[in-house]
Amino acid sequence: MKKEEIPQDKSSLEDKNIRELCYAVDENGEYTTGLSTGWKAKSIALDLTMQELNERIEKAKKAVYNNKKSPIYYFMLRSKMDISILASYIEKRRWIVKRHFKPRVFKRLKPETLQKYADIFEINVDQITNFNE
Amino acid sequence: MNKIDFNHRQSAHCENGVAANIIKYNGIDITEPLVFGMGSGLFFVYIPFLRVNQAPAISYRPMPGSIFARTSKKLNVKIKRKRFKSIEKSFKALDENLEKGIPTGLQVGVYHLPYLPDEYRFHFNAHNILVYGKEGEDYLISDPTMETPSKISKNQLAKARFTKGVFAPKGHMYYPVSMPLEKDVNFEKAILSGVKKTTRDMLAPPYFVGVNGIEFVAKRILKWRKKEGAKRTNHYLMQIIRMQEEIGTGGGGFRFIYAAFLQQASEILNKPEWFEFSHELTAIGDQWRDFALQSARIAKNRNKEEDAYHEISATLSEIAKKERAFFKNLKKTL
Repeated sequence: MKKEEIPQDKSSLEDKNIRELCYAVDENGEYTTGLSTGWKAKSIALDLTMQELNERIEKAKKAVYNNKKSPIYYFMLRSKMDISILASYIEKRRWIVKRHFKPRVFKRLKPETLQKYADIFEINVDQITNFNE
Repeated sequence: MNKIDFNHRQSAHCENGVAANIIKYNGIDITEPLVFGMGSGLFFVYIPFLRVNQAPAISYRPMPGSIFARTSKKLNVKIKRKRFKSIEKSFKALDENLEKGIPTGLQVGVYHLPYLPDEYRFHFNAHNILVYGKEGEDYLISDPTMETPSKISKNQLAKARFTKGVFAPKGHMYYPVSMPLEKDVNFEKAILSGVKKTTRDMLAPPYFVGVNGIEFVAKRILKWRKKEGAKRTNHYLMQIIRMQEEIGTGGGGFRFIYAAFLQQASEILNKPEWFEFSHELTAIGDQWRDFALQSARIAKNRNKEEDAYHEISATLSEIAKKERAFFKNLKKTL
């Protein structure tokens, strides 16, 4: 990559005023560094990944309203977690966390457990018990 | 309160960056590419049985921490590492270091860093930052992948230091306790052994490592397309591109940083042929960029035609072929 070819495309880095460092060669063929505001190939990859995640979150929301999944499942996805990550935060086995996704089991969860989940998701317990997303 | 007179230098990758900055602060002039090359940072591995974010795991670098560990070992820099069970104790130890004027490296989770854009905040726990001071209850942070230093509250930093999941940092902090003098460092030896390991890694026999791994993924793309359909294949491809370009690789899956390393090394070792090798690797890096761009276009246009996948598979195959020749020739110069 030549220094003048370092991409300066629009990207989400802009919102936070971030530019990232790239390595590139100058006119004498010597390596130097330059800053990039973003590259379209990367933005596409990131956008599509986020899009897919959002689709899964939307699906999870519907499942909660249809009483197929508990709010725990929805908030797990919204926090970009999977079962293993959530299990290590709540310090329980994966299969126990998986059971908490069942509305039937979820209804019987202790207030302490719900509070723990709320803290992990950085929300109020209310948002879990009175699901209204 | 206390603030260490510390020079923030931006780098492409966090681990090289913290290593280079911490070593430079302690008196040995070193750059990011040198740290990366001595620590044999260039790598490729495809781990079929491990899934990350619902896609096969691919990495362009060795295990987190290994670049820094190898480089400091070769330079004879002794690093003290501490992990904690208690958050309070972890901050007491950090504060004590800052009182003594020691810039301290921390392993943190990316998800809890407020200065990053939302899209970048995933549950990745092996990010590295340096703390160089405290202002009231806020900590002064030099995140080497950022243009400027940042400030972060104790509360937020506690979350980042004690994230859970794979590579959970457990408050991991590190700092050098003994440094050699710059004149006593054998840069030549460190560079040669670093390059030797990289050529060995990239030419390793297993089918999923190094150039074999690249070749294997090239073939896999066609298999994914056939067996799992275009949508999933695109998802896998996007994951590959993010690993290659997003996570602070300096572009082209670290190829450009390594090419920069070869240039700097060619001067230190007086090996003019490595300058040519550097140019060759730059060209290969450009091809990696083409691969990323082609793949992104397919995914964006939802192009389902098999021809398009044959094309990117061929590009990747060619990269593998070129890199095989490249590392074989590089090995001959050692």
